Amino acid sequence: MKPDLDATPRLAAGVRLDERTQQPRMLLMPERVLRLSGPSLEIVLRCDGKNTVRQIAEELHKLYSKAEPQRITDDLVGYLGVLHDKRAIDF
Amino acid sequence: MPLALVAELTHRCPLHCVYCSNPLELAKRTAELPTETWIRIFHEAAAIGVLQADFTGGEPLVRKDIIELVSAARKAGLYVSLITGGLPLDEGKLRALVEAGIDHVQLSFQGASEETGREISGTSTHPHKLRVLTWLKQHRIGVTLNFVIHRQNINELEGMLDLVEEHHPGCVEFASVQYYGWGFANRSRLLPTREQLDYCVATLKNAEGRLKGKTRVVFVVPDYYAKYPKACVGGWGRKLILISPGGTALPCHAAMVIPGLSFDNVKEKSLREIWDTSSAFQKFRGEDWMQEPCKSCDHRHQDFAGCRCQAYLLAGDPAATDPVCSLAPTRLRVDAILAGGHRPIPAVPEEKPHWVYRPNPA
Repeated sequence: MKPDLDATPRLAAGVRLDERTQQPRMLLMPERVLRLSGPSLEIVLRCDGKNTVRQIAEELHKLYSKAEPQRITDDLVGYLGVLHDKRAIDF
Repeated sequence: MPLALVAELTHRCPLHCVYCSNPLELAKRTAELPTETWIRIFHEAAAIGVLQADFTGGEPLVRKDIIELVSAARKAGLYVSLITGGLPLDEGKLRALVEAGIDHVQLSFQGASEETGREISGTSTHPHKLRVLTWLKQHRIGVTLNFVIHRQNINELEGMLDLVEEHHPGCVEFASVQYYGWGFANRSRLLPTREQLDYCVATLKNAEGRLKGKTRVVFVVPDYYAKYPKACVGGWGRKLILISPGGTALPCHAAMVIPGLSFDNVKEKSLREIWDTSSAFQKFRGEDWMQEPCKSCDHRHQDFAGCRCQAYLLAGDPAATDPVCSLAPTRLRVDAILAGGHRPIPAVPEEKPHWVYRPNPA
């Protein structure tokens, strides 16, 4: 399920980032681990229940200014949908 | 380096489940590692890159130092899961566990009814588990419901799914009994029929679609019916290290059934040293030990030749291809066992099943 641009994604219950900060950073979940680096890490770091998807997209546009903004937003929404179905985030 | 540490804190348990994964020879309370040794292990584990600690048993909550152990593992940097039957839990104890930093609780059910729960665990558990389920929802922690399924409770699958729909845990596991230890002893009454398995697969596939985005559905297949074996523990000595209540370091729950293996103990060696040098861990690590047909089979990269304990129990050789594999020379033995389990279930129940219940160690 894909989020609205006004949704405020946050990590699901029982999901947190490993406190050890070397990359790839580990997203710790029940019985599983996701390895995050680059854009995937930038996105998950912003899933704090306060940032809207739109705000996260704007920050990514700045971080990856060479890429086409609409493409970044589409990829973001798609990735958040995947994380949601893996039960890594809620929105 | 291992990713997961399975901390088998004790073999004591108020339940007596007929498929318990503990060895037939249970560790006594007096043999259990003290608090400070466990805390040392958590720090050693985090230092070599372990990410997750699974607290299990027996019933890990019967340890009087459980809050201290959770807190220490979390402070060491580990993701802490508690695998529990829930019986010793009350609201205060749960709150204390959450405050100590528990990340995830896996609550086991023996069925969807009190009657089945009593039959399988030899004691009354179901009403209390339902209470625990409502308490768990008051905290922001990961929750998994675990149903061990088999011939005697597959008919309650819809009731189990009702519980999932009512409480929406992050994950539900329908784990088919695996036949080691107590499950092996009770196998003839636990093996599902092919019809039951087909029903189970269809029902769970349907549920998976319905629950998508709410609850992740995991189905652990009964591997006697599988085409290829399971990648047992993600491969021997590849991802997981299990510490028994007395400190023995094992590559899996059942490894002690394999004759001739020599295990190290955390009382004498560090976790890193054991992982790197223990002869038991080296024995079936990698591929050099494999026999045909595994040795030249492409599936070996996915299933690592299956389960060593099952190869020993069914084929008499722990280095053999897992006999459940359709390519295994010993597959006929599994087919013969399944044929024996295909007898119809009598309409009028025979006398009480002669279960071998797992006792509570002294």
